[in-house]
Formats: sequence, C-alpha cells, structure tokens
Amino acid sequence: MPSLAGLFFWMNRKIEDINKIIVTKPLKLDCGKTIKDFPIAYETYGKLNENKDNAILVFHALTGDQFVAGTNPVTKKEGWWVTAVGPKKAIDTNKYFVICANVIGGCMGSWGPSDINKDTNQPYGLDFPVITIKDIVRAQESLLDHLGIKKLLCATGGSMGGMQLLQFCATFPDKTFSAIPIACSSSHSAQNIALNELARQAIMADPVWDNGKYFLQNTQPKNGLAVARMVGHISYLSEQGMQEKFGRKLQEKADYEFSFNADFQVESYLRHQGNSFVERFDANSILYITRAMDYFDLTKQFKGGLVEAFSNQKTKFLVISFSSDWLYTTKENKDIVIALNSSGADVSYSEIITDKGHDSFLVDEPEFLKTLKGFIDSMHEKFKR
Amino acid sequence: MKSEFKVIADLLPNNSKVLDVGCGDGSLMDLLVKDKNIEARGLELDQRNVQKCIVKGLPVIQGDAETELYQFPPQSFDYVILSQTLQAFYKPDKVLKELLRIGKSVIVSIPNFGYWKVRTSLLFFGKMPITKTIPNTWFNTPNLHMCTIKDLFNYCEDQNIEIKKVIGVNENNISLIKKSNLEMKNLFSKLGIFLIG
Repeated sequence: MPSLAGLFFWMNRKIEDINKIIVTKPLKLDCGKTIKDFPIAYETYGKLNENKDNAILVFHALTGDQFVAGTNPVTKKEGWWVTAVGPKKAIDTNKYFVICANVIGGCMGSWGPSDINKDTNQPYGLDFPVITIKDIVRAQESLLDHLGIKKLLCATGGSMGGMQLLQFCATFPDKTFSAIPIACSSSHSAQNIALNELARQAIMADPVWDNGKYFLQNTQPKNGLAVARMVGHISYLSEQGMQEKFGRKLQEKADYEFSFNADFQVESYLRHQGNSFVERFDANSILYITRAMDYFDLTKQFKGGLVEAFSNQKTKFLVISFSSDWLYTTKENKDIVIALNSSGADVSYSEIITDKGHDSFLVDEPEFLKTLKGFIDSMHEKFKR
Repeated sequence: MKSEFKVIADLLPNNSKVLDVGCGDGSLMDLLVKDKNIEARGLELDQRNVQKCIVKGLPVIQGDAETELYQFPPQSFDYVILSQTLQAFYKPDKVLKELLRIGKSVIVSIPNFGYWKVRTSLLFFGKMPITKTIPNTWFNTPNLHMCTIKDLFNYCEDQNIEIKKVIGVNENNISLIKKSNLEMKNLFSKLGIFLIG
C-alpha cells in the first residue's frame, strides 16, 4: 500500500477549483437536526440551451462524485460514467446539459464528515449527523434554482443514484419530465444492508479508524477501507462474469507460492481496487453514505406503500435492470415498475441481458447504452413540444 | 398485417387508453398514438423489440404475458389488445381471463385454423398446414394451442364472455361475423378479430 496515500488524500481535500454553491436555506434533516450554509459541490457538462429544455440531472452512486464525464480534475482519472456521458455518447453533451452534484456525506466538496465542524474547529468525524437519501436529495434541490432550471428534461442514476432518483421523483413530482432509474431498489434489501454492514465493520475494525478520529493523525484507516471496497467490488460483478474474467488464473507466476500473497488474479484485482480507493475516498464518508442507503425505504416513508409514493406522477419513467445483477435484482427493479404501473404512471421497463453484473451500467454495454440514448432522445422530442 | 392493424384501429375510439400485449416493435402502438391520440402502453418479451419501442418514445414494459400480466391493476385500460399470440401461450384460457381483468374490453386476434386452405392441407395431403398466417413447421412452431374462429366464439359463449363484435379478415376483405354466418366465415377467414369483455 502506498505510504503517502493518506497524505495525498488530504491534499485532495484542499483543491479549490471545484464548483460549489453554499445552500443558505435551512434544511431539516430526517434525524431532526437542522443545517444551513452548507456547501454542495457540482459539475456541469455541455450547455443549457435558450429554452432550458435540455437539462439532465445525474445522481451518482456510493463511491461516485460529481465528475461524471471527461477527466476528474482531482483524481486525474476518467469520470465515472464516461461510457455513457460525453460528446456523441448516449447522453450527448453536445446536445444536453448534464449536471451532477456530490452527495452530502461525501468527500468531493459537498458537506461531509471530513469538513471542519465550526464548533470544534476539527473535522466532524462521528459528530456528523446520520443522513438519509431524502436528506441527500433535498440538499441538492437548491442547485437547480441556482442553475435556473425549472424542469429537467431527464434525471437518471444507477444503484444509489437510482435510489436518489426515486426519492427525487416522490419528493418533487414536477421537477423532471422523465426519469431513468437504473439497477436500483425502492427499499434496501437485507442482503444489501448486510454487505454494507460488512464494509462498515471492516473500517471500524481497523485500529487507525479510532472512532472516526483518524484525522487527528492526518491519516485514515486504509486497511479497513480497502477491505470495504473489496466487498463492494465482489458485489458489483456476477459469478459468471468473475469466472470468465479471472477464473483460476494466477497473477504473473507459474505456480502457487505457498504463501498468502496474491497468487490468484482475482486476489490481485481486489487488492488493487482496495488500495487505489483509499487514495480518493474518506472512510467516514463510506460509513455515512452506506447508512443512508440502508435507511432507504420508500414504502415505509409513504405509509400506503410504494404506489402512494408515485401517486400523481406526470414523469415518464424508464426502469432498467441487468439480468446478472444480484445486488439490485431484476425482481427489485420490477417491483418499482409494478408500483408505477399501479399508480397509473407512464413507465417503460427493460431488462438488459448481460453477464456484467451490477457494474453493467458503468461499462460499455451496447444494448444498455442504445436503450438509454433512445429514451432520452425521444423524451427530448416530446419535451420540446 | 397492415389490414389487421387497420381493423383493430377502427375498433378503438380516439383518446382511449390501450395496452398492447406482445406489442412487437411498436408499429400498432405508433399508429394508434399518431392517428387516434390513444394513450398506448406495450408489453413485450423481446429486448430488441423493447428497445425499438423506446426509441419511438412508446412506453413499453419488457415481460412475459404468460406470467407477468398480474402487475397491471384491474380495469386499468379501456382496451387490451392481443394480436395473434393467444395460441402461443401454455395456458391461453388463463391469459384471456387476465386480459379481461385488466381491460374494460379486449381485442383478440387469432390465425384461423378453420380456414379452408388449412383444412384441405390436412385433409388431402395429411400434412400439418403451412400458410401465410401459420408459417412454421410442426417441430418449430410457437403455436401450442391452435383454434378456429368457431372454437373461440363457442368458448366465449360457454364462459359467458360478452362477444361485442367479431370480424373476419381475408387479405383486404373484412366482414362481420355473427352466429348466423359463423360456419361460412370460419371457412373463409384467415384471421379472426374478436372484441369481447
């Protein structure tokens, strides 16, 4: 593991060229606490046209950030959704104005546990309030006002991004003309809570974590955070995809080493993913964001059930699932479709047949990208009228 | 099958709400939306066809009509259309009941196994018939439960399903089918279109 990873990580926090707004309007969080004057970091791609009918809001997933396309100026790596967003891509930035905000609780400029708590003059750590998906979504609303957008052409997001989107549509039924929830769920399943708990316990079991006060030592619980990331990466692939990609192939060696080094390619892959992740993500952010995901349950929020959540929807939906996704299964996505159907909403649904697992929405999956493009372009034609 | 779509379209009032079960690439829905301002939804099994509908801006749900009609609430559509697929289900009677639950009215079209060319093929040549409306051979046909216009007519009567209109189609000729002319029409129609429920 690179010894300077922690230091590099904290240097990142100081990068100032991130677009931000300060939300002055008080926001009462689900936990009861009210916040105000908090930053929301965001990025935009393409240009808002004169009629303001080409804006697309993207919600990012657990470990994503606002840098959807192009090069991420902080990590210097490609944006997390370059396969789908960019000039002439499925979400064509020559044509559409794409907006993405960093979630609160995150670590790319929006208000999060690594920010300074004015009461103590130290980073919040565990003094940061436990937030929900609803808090995350409501915190972003001011951004649309700031950008002068009354109604979006489309809003989309995969995984936790899809959950934010469902919440967004339920909370603000008139804010978007169309919506594409991808590989998500209307309430987090026991399996997904269990996997998140595994990630959190890995972080908390690392002695460096120190009850979230690792910032005092200018470092972070790299080992625990890396394990947490490995758990995630296993869940993003399918059994078949993993077998095809790695099989029992050995990592640059002819035979077993009879040691606990990474003999297998799959081990080496997970270790690499874990180690590179600690350079760009804050351990406490993982705790807070995974918690928000676990608490997500639209059915509970709307006591009449999911159908109630989507009542009076004018938004046109396209729900997309992937056949080999075992994290957010086709069944869970179909439940969303059924609820939308029952509430009379305009809903389309497609299950993309692929062995790429939950990750399918982030990789080059042609059938998925064609469907995404087809829907957005047809919605734009309707919205323009 | 343009003439079939035209007959179906003529049966539908403007501005109604329609579910097209097995909507294929959305050709019929597209026609209904554009010509009659109908609020159309589709259910389609094939991913490529689903994609084609989406590109056209038509709302479509990917799924299997045999098992997934339960997701639509009772009487949630003015009309439910099932074009030439009833015979391909494992349990066509169950599917038909589901269609009648979802739609205030149901339009079902069937390739007519009572058509004279079909009958003569079996009678004179002793071979399973292959025609324009029944194009597959016995070993690869998706059709599991072929029936005639008379069969479906009798079935609706037995089940107390109201028959509102039956239309026989032979190429571009369309004609009204009643109980009085059922025998003849059953012999000379390639396709039967039933408005029931």
